[in-house]
Amino acid sequence: MTVTTGVPTLIPGRKGAALPFVIGAALVVIMAVLPLLDISLPGILPGPTYTPGSLALLSLCMVFAALALSYNLLLGTAGMLSFGHALYFGAGAYGLGIALKYFEVPLWPGILIALVGGLLIAVVTGAVSMRVAGIPFAMVTLAFAQAGSVLVRRNQQVTGGEEGMRLPVAQVPEWLVGVVNTRNLYWFALIVLVIVYLVVLWVDRSRLGHLAEATRENELRVQVLGLRPYTAKLIVFVVAAGCAALAGIAYMLLQSGTQPSAVGADLTITVLVMVVLGGVGFRWGAIVGGVLYTILDQRLTALARAEWIETLPDVLRIPLSEPLFLLGVLFILVVMFLPGGIAGTVDSAIRRRRGERTRTQLRQLDDAPAEADAPVEARA
Amino acid sequence: MSSLVLILLTGIGLGALYFLVASGLSLIYGLMHVLNFAHGAFLTLSAFIGWQVAQALGTASWGSFLVSILVGAAVGAVFATLTELILIRPLYERHIEQVLVTVGLSFAAVALFEGIWGTDAINIAGPPWLKGTTEVLGAKIPNTYWVLMIAAAIVLAALVLFLQKTRYGMIIRAGVENRAMVTALGIDVRKSFTLVFAIGGAAAGIGGVLAMHYSTFVSAHLGATLLIFAFIVTVIGGLGSLTGAAIASVLVAVLQQFANFYLEGTGDFIVVVLLALVLLVRPRGLMGRTA
Repeated sequence: MTVTTGVPTLIPGRKGAALPFVIGAALVVIMAVLPLLDISLPGILPGPTYTPGSLALLSLCMVFAALALSYNLLLGTAGMLSFGHALYFGAGAYGLGIALKYFEVPLWPGILIALVGGLLIAVVTGAVSMRVAGIPFAMVTLAFAQAGSVLVRRNQQVTGGEEGMRLPVAQVPEWLVGVVNTRNLYWFALIVLVIVYLVVLWVDRSRLGHLAEATRENELRVQVLGLRPYTAKLIVFVVAAGCAALAGIAYMLLQSGTQPSAVGADLTITVLVMVVLGGVGFRWGAIVGGVLYTILDQRLTALARAEWIETLPDVLRIPLSEPLFLLGVLFILVVMFLPGGIAGTVDSAIRRRRGERTRTQLRQLDDAPAEADAPVEARA
Repeated sequence: MSSLVLILLTGIGLGALYFLVASGLSLIYGLMHVLNFAHGAFLTLSAFIGWQVAQALGTASWGSFLVSILVGAAVGAVFATLTELILIRPLYERHIEQVLVTVGLSFAAVALFEGIWGTDAINIAGPPWLKGTTEVLGAKIPNTYWVLMIAAAIVLAALVLFLQKTRYGMIIRAGVENRAMVTALGIDVRKSFTLVFAIGGAAAGIGGVLAMHYSTFVSAHLGATLLIFAFIVTVIGGLGSLTGAAIASVLVAVLQQFANFYLEGTGDFIVVVLLALVLLVRPRGLMGRTA
């Protein structure tokens, strides 16, 4: 296939090839020193950057950016449309809570237990749901996430049911607890984001990632070449789930608690919106999408409470005071008119200037199964 | 014995409700390969409008009950048709994007319903007979289950008649079988896309109004819960197979009721285990074609 994929490829020796890494490293450094600076971004952050309110919002942005990155690994690299990704995020969050509360271990072994638990769930559910592909896969993963959600809601004694679970602070080191230490939690979230980014980058660059990409493009051909697409996809699925669990662990520490919605289908759909908004198949797109969505959600909620909204007639007031309605409409518009998302649109503009052909990742995902189906239909 | 009859009959009644939602999903997937996440939104809107109509006409009479069902079917059909024309059609043949658009629609619609009708569930009332029970072999069956069974039987019969006896039904069946061939024969298969959406929406609309009477309340999340079971039913039954959906609906619901009764309310969980088993043994579902 001569068409360039949406995933930016690094060609050694090309001028400017190291640029993304320089920018990335610079961004991480800027983010790391942000709590020490006094910068105000009115309209985006609730206060100057050193205040706990702003730092909490930024930490949440980074946690969701990490979750979006892990989902992008699944959808962008391996081409698997999962509706159950929140299950692993919730497994991380609840896993940490349960490990601290019932096994009474210190924080770091607790994180390890939560991570291993998330990975185990991912291996089992992934192995079963990958018996089918495409849309049926989406439905099956949704069902698993729903089962997880039901388990969490039902087992009141263990998970706190609808009330949610508080983080047992006794075992958590003091420097990670409370509003005073928001700064440390912020750095923790930044480290999680960097770790997830590096893991995702490593998978994308490894033979495993290439195999998963090839499977996305044409599974039959990969099989004919004597490779095992199932194993490659399963490993990518489990790695993505592990990253999601890590994000969930950071979320639990950050919010010092979690609710059953952290497992449910709604969160998966939220992550899907983030990734599509940012641009499927682009790591930086997933980060932009995660950050943008989180900030938009916060700002739109603030808008819904604004006084001038109350004075509007019902026809305008009701839609404007529902942040999720506005985000849903934005999502539909992006899918219909900007299918590459933010990153895809920027990328294709750059490529067009260089004179290359482009095609959005989502369209490639559509074409791949059609090509794979073709011989089957010819037989029928 | 009586508890066995009770579980079996309530299971069939619940299965009837699943079938009303799953039949449309299965037909839409079979013909268009679109997984319609907005199906729950069709159902919820129909329930809300049906409830408003019933309230306006007086909730206790059978007439208003029937009118509310018909209005629910009409609302579901119109909503579904508009969805197909405005959102699905421009993305012709781009299945993943079509799924994403329906996801966005359900996301936005649920938020809008919450804005209009509030976040709390609204308790509803119907004809007094629905609150009563009928005794069968010593088991007291709540009357809503009979209504569900009758409605699903009528919808199933109507769908089968339509698919077997009419020209459009024939085109739809042919389209599910081999869409490329139907298009090659010079038939505009897109018209049947809209039709399938309208039929699915109407079935979901009927399901919505009845689900509201079944659970005796209506909320913006009424559709979302049912939708997940409908998904499970369509996968177990085999995507695109109406018969499969009918069989799987009853199977899933009866199993769910049995587990709820004998295994301390683990019904929802057992259903997912059944799904996993079916996928392991027979990934294409009970009546699905080999993909």
